[in-house]
Amino acid sequence: MSTTPQSTSTTPRKILVLGATSGIAEATCRIWAAQGASLFLVARNAEKLAAVAADLKTRGASYIDTAVADLDDTDQHPSLLAHAINSLTGMDIAYLAHGVLGDQTDAERDFNTAAQILHTNFMAPVSLLTWLANFCVQRRSGTLAVLSSVAGDRGRKSNYVYGSSKAGLSAFLGGLRNRIDREGVTVLTIKPGPIKTAMTAGMPKSEKFADVDSVAESIVSAIDKRRDILYVPFQWQPIMFIIRNIPEMIFKKLNL
Amino acid sequence: MPDPTATQEATSLVQSPFESWGRYPTYGAKLLPLHWQSDFPALTANLHNGVLPVGMGRSYGDVCLLKDGNLLVTTAMNRLIDFEPETGLLTAEAGVTLAQILDFAVPRGFFLPVTPGTKYVTLGGAIANDIHGKNHHTAGTFGRHVTQFELVRSDGSRMICSPTENTEFYAATIGGLGLTGVITWAMLRLKPIVSRKIDYEGIQFHGIDEFLDLTNQASDVEYTVSWVDVTSTGRNFARGVFMQGDHSGRKDDLKPSPKPKLIFPFEAPGFALNALSVSLFNTAFFHKQIHKRVVALQDYEPFFYPLDKVLRWNRMYGKRGLLQFQYVIPWEHAKEGTVAILREVAKSGLASFLAVLKAFGDVPSPGMMSFPKPGITLALDFPIKPDKSFPLFQRLADMTLEFGGRLYPAKDAAMTAPQFQAFYPQWQHFAQYRDPLLTSSFWERVTPNS
Repeated sequence: MSTTPQSTSTTPRKILVLGATSGIAEATCRIWAAQGASLFLVARNAEKLAAVAADLKTRGASYIDTAVADLDDTDQHPSLLAHAINSLTGMDIAYLAHGVLGDQTDAERDFNTAAQILHTNFMAPVSLLTWLANFCVQRRSGTLAVLSSVAGDRGRKSNYVYGSSKAGLSAFLGGLRNRIDREGVTVLTIKPGPIKTAMTAGMPKSEKFADVDSVAESIVSAIDKRRDILYVPFQWQPIMFIIRNIPEMIFKKLNL
Repeated sequence: MPDPTATQEATSLVQSPFESWGRYPTYGAKLLPLHWQSDFPALTANLHNGVLPVGMGRSYGDVCLLKDGNLLVTTAMNRLIDFEPETGLLTAEAGVTLAQILDFAVPRGFFLPVTPGTKYVTLGGAIANDIHGKNHHTAGTFGRHVTQFELVRSDGSRMICSPTENTEFYAATIGGLGLTGVITWAMLRLKPIVSRKIDYEGIQFHGIDEFLDLTNQASDVEYTVSWVDVTSTGRNFARGVFMQGDHSGRKDDLKPSPKPKLIFPFEAPGFALNALSVSLFNTAFFHKQIHKRVVALQDYEPFFYPLDKVLRWNRMYGKRGLLQFQYVIPWEHAKEGTVAILREVAKSGLASFLAVLKAFGDVPSPGMMSFPKPGITLALDFPIKPDKSFPLFQRLADMTLEFGGRLYPAKDAAMTAPQFQAFYPQWQHFAQYRDPLLTSSFWERVTPNS
């Protein structure tokens, strides 16, 4: 199965999307839908999932199927993934876009809050990726594209619980890539910076934030080019290089 | 299963100066993004001060502002729901923009039934202001092409409004300035096209009589609009360019539009405005049209959206922003009113170089509070000079009233309550349909005692 962009005239790509109602996932799926892809969407909220599915169907997806699932429930993962791949009759791309920002202040006070963030952002993707990686290795093909975050590059006081969950995820993906790249499976780690949402509409500085549609375009293109790591927007790559290399003695006194 | 992301969105209130396009007045408000059709009224359940749904903030004055209130920003609620290629009926969530609709529809051979001079407005905003376009004389307002929509009230009730269902709310919501409830989705009838191109013709005119002659000759041309020079007096008084166009009937490539790359890079200092705008528009006005008559095959983007190429062009007007003034004067006094107002404007020397002049047709608007009616409409901008612009504005508003006309709320930041209530005597009837939670700075200004 090729992973080059397809138009509707050839076999559509088969894409499994976990966390399909997240803003970035939705914007990415719109591009794939317009290319005529086949999509299997997983999300927790049935009503939102139906709205996203109708949108993608209208935009030209060749095939749409959905499943309502809470991805925190790792016991369900094998049957959910098997059902999705069965529905799609195969899989070219798995796109993991589910996650929570969580509340850093609560997490500082209450371990259960921290554990919940770590479970959703780290444990659940590890469970999904373990199954998916083995499936792809068997087929010797496929792309695993996973949303991590620039916040995982260095822990900061403002969001280190979220950041550490993403740091763990990025490290896991690096190791997984090192293991299965030679088996013909691509692993893409996506590290977004702040993204423009409805929240920033009309704000004087909002043009400095990344627009979710251009972020989605970068993700689609990085998958097509079989890239390993994508900082998006691209200027976050040099910024995070500097932030990672500030000596700890200085860093611990900063308010970033 | 509770949805933790929903609570996250609900608590993330941002105090922000949401700007309208005229950048006047500037009011702080809390921004509440709507992401899903079910977010309202859930998001506002604990709010008792005012709420206003807003889209892209392209209206000029304060119809999209609510001082110290809560703005429900709809732009993230922008999914398509259904499209029927046989009928051209597109159903979409209200936060989708006309630009997004065009990106979807043009490659499929469809176009907007009515479009204003910018494509960066939401579907909900287009309905709430019952916008009009260059084809008003043939197609009427935007609302006429909205076959149904869903209106959600702050008490949680939801109703489908159409010409046959909940007809009073249908009429109150079209042109209802976002005050009757939140429009979650709407169904819009698109029209077929075979080309992106417009058969364009530009014709110079001198004076309102020539403008009216050209208008009459072009009664079956779909799109007509004129640029008029509002600064010249004497022999050049009311000279302008009459522009007309039809969708080209020759089959052609229907590719989507490229993304705009230019953004107005800085806020121009106040004094730069005249030199800058006059030179810009001089270029546009004279060098494009040095001949009496120009015929061209033009892409629809420059024809409909000449200024969308430069994102945030409103910065040209500097920090103080701009006032728009747009009237319609019914045919009975349209000519004398327009001549009188143009003379007043030219005498003042305060307006920008060019204004937009058009004849509205007699297709009735479906909205109770719709602005257009048969007659002449003129839209002009004034860079804000507080001691000069406002007195002139009041004079022009009073003249509009004398000639039996009215002003367009979507462009207004200055009309008084008595002026508004005289322009729109049906306002009290309309107020019965207002949602008790919803209000706007415009509404507070023009109905202080309601």
